[in-house]
Amino acid sequence: MTSLVSDTRVVFSRELRPVLRDPFSVIFSMIQPLFFLALFAPLLPGDNSLQWFVPGIIVMSCLFGSSMTGSNLLYEMQTGSHERMLVTPLRRPALLIGRALKEIVPMFVQAGVIVAACIPFGFELHLGGALLGLLVMAAFCIGLGSLSYTLALASKSKEWLFWTVQQTLIFPLLLLAGVLLPLDNGPGWLKALSKINPMTYVVDAERALFNGDVWARSTVEGLIAAVTVGAVGLAVGVRAMKRSD
Amino acid sequence: MIETRELTKHFKDVRAVDGIDLTVARGELVALLGPNGAGKSTTLRMLTTLIPPTSGSARVAGFDVVRQQREVRLRIGYIGQGNGAGHSQRGRDELISQGRAYGMSVKPARARADELIESLGLAEVANRTVSTLSGGQRRRLDIAMGLIHAPELLFLDEPSTGLDPQNRANLQEHIVRLRAEHGTTIVLTTHYLEEADSMAERVVVIDHGRIIADDTPQRLKAKHVGDRVILGFASADEAARAAQSSGGRQDGTEVRITDEDGPRLAARLAATLAPASIEVIRPTLDDVFLTLTGRSLREDAAAVTKTELVEA
Repeated sequence: MTSLVSDTRVVFSRELRPVLRDPFSVIFSMIQPLFFLALFAPLLPGDNSLQWFVPGIIVMSCLFGSSMTGSNLLYEMQTGSHERMLVTPLRRPALLIGRALKEIVPMFVQAGVIVAACIPFGFELHLGGALLGLLVMAAFCIGLGSLSYTLALASKSKEWLFWTVQQTLIFPLLLLAGVLLPLDNGPGWLKALSKINPMTYVVDAERALFNGDVWARSTVEGLIAAVTVGAVGLAVGVRAMKRSD
Repeated sequence: MIETRELTKHFKDVRAVDGIDLTVARGELVALLGPNGAGKSTTLRMLTTLIPPTSGSARVAGFDVVRQQREVRLRIGYIGQGNGAGHSQRGRDELISQGRAYGMSVKPARARADELIESLGLAEVANRTVSTLSGGQRRRLDIAMGLIHAPELLFLDEPSTGLDPQNRANLQEHIVRLRAEHGTTIVLTTHYLEEADSMAERVVVIDHGRIIADDTPQRLKAKHVGDRVILGFASADEAARAAQSSGGRQDGTEVRITDEDGPRLAARLAATLAPASIEVIRPTLDDVFLTLTGRSLREDAAAVTKTELVEA
């Protein structure tokens, strides 16, 4: 018997297989956030900047990864293999989750690499909190991945449209979440915008969790934000799949 | 196996499919024939749950295509116009994950993939990346993917478009064999007249989103066009006499008669009128289409081939 879980596994392993057969591109993409760490973190004030900066960088690479979910789909929509998947009895959310997970799982490996690289420079690892942090992030990324999938469906053969929208949205999301610089000293309007960005709460939660602060208020807020984005993303994605022609 | 009632699809202002009533029984091999843009593919996409109808209803393999999509999907196979295999994937991997998508466990999926790789002659390329395969090989892989779960009903959308004549014949042979061996019900769309003529025992002619004829190729031709029998005589006088007695039309030393069964008429007239020569011209499905719509399908097919070449 199939279930949502087994369907997701089918989609996920199909997506991941070419990556495993030819892992160079993934290994290469893992180097990018290390540049941010090496070239940006030293500019941050304070002694404990890594503790603050690393969780943000991990969220950033997950954002980059999951927002790409739709890009592979663009190609498969043109060749006909997406259509072939749609005719199978696979549950529609599984098509979204499986594809999003394929982008996220390498990012988790990447998170491990980042953390390992930072420990010698004084980063304190709280394993339990960090693992919980990854779970919260997974919910958030499944939502983002589903929205990226929806964007690909809406763009159809207009590949430029997908990339324009993706690039236009990704940086405001990132900057308004206070990933690279804290927004505490920013003007009021910037803080107000940051408050309506769900990613802000996810980043704050990750900072708390990576600090081992599991029961912090920001953890709960981040969890709610992540699950909400996940649920909305899936709902929008399934709807788009049913309506697309 | 299929039952549609007033099946309709509008895209904005275009009535792509305009009220189709189609019934297909178990084991039939039906070709939907029509020019590009006639609504064949749109019909197929509704029957395979890919797009919802604007109005009307369809039951496929016993289930409603809107309310019971999963039940329908479990029972049908679909081979679309494009290539179903992901270009970065290996053929064998795609076959196995396709089987898994239909709920097969790993072992049976792997065994079934091996079986299809064998029977479709893909053994040498199954472990290669799909992007390195030739058009014909990819198409065979598509067929294999469509068959992985041994569906009782198989839809093929323009299966031989883009194939060279040899691969096309090969593919048609596979389809016919599939039906002979497993009793699979097959519905395919095509704008190749020869394909519809040689494979299908039932041709549904579609134009402007409507069914304009539905019968066996033989009966379609007999009913809408008929055979032409041309008798040649030594003199015009002789021809005139023959035309009078046979009810044909005289044209110089020739007499032309249209009839549903040309060969039989020719045999009878040969005995009674003793003509110098007899020619029987049997109509093609294109003649049927021409009679029904005033347009030829061939021009359309030629135009399509041209644009395909440009795109490629």
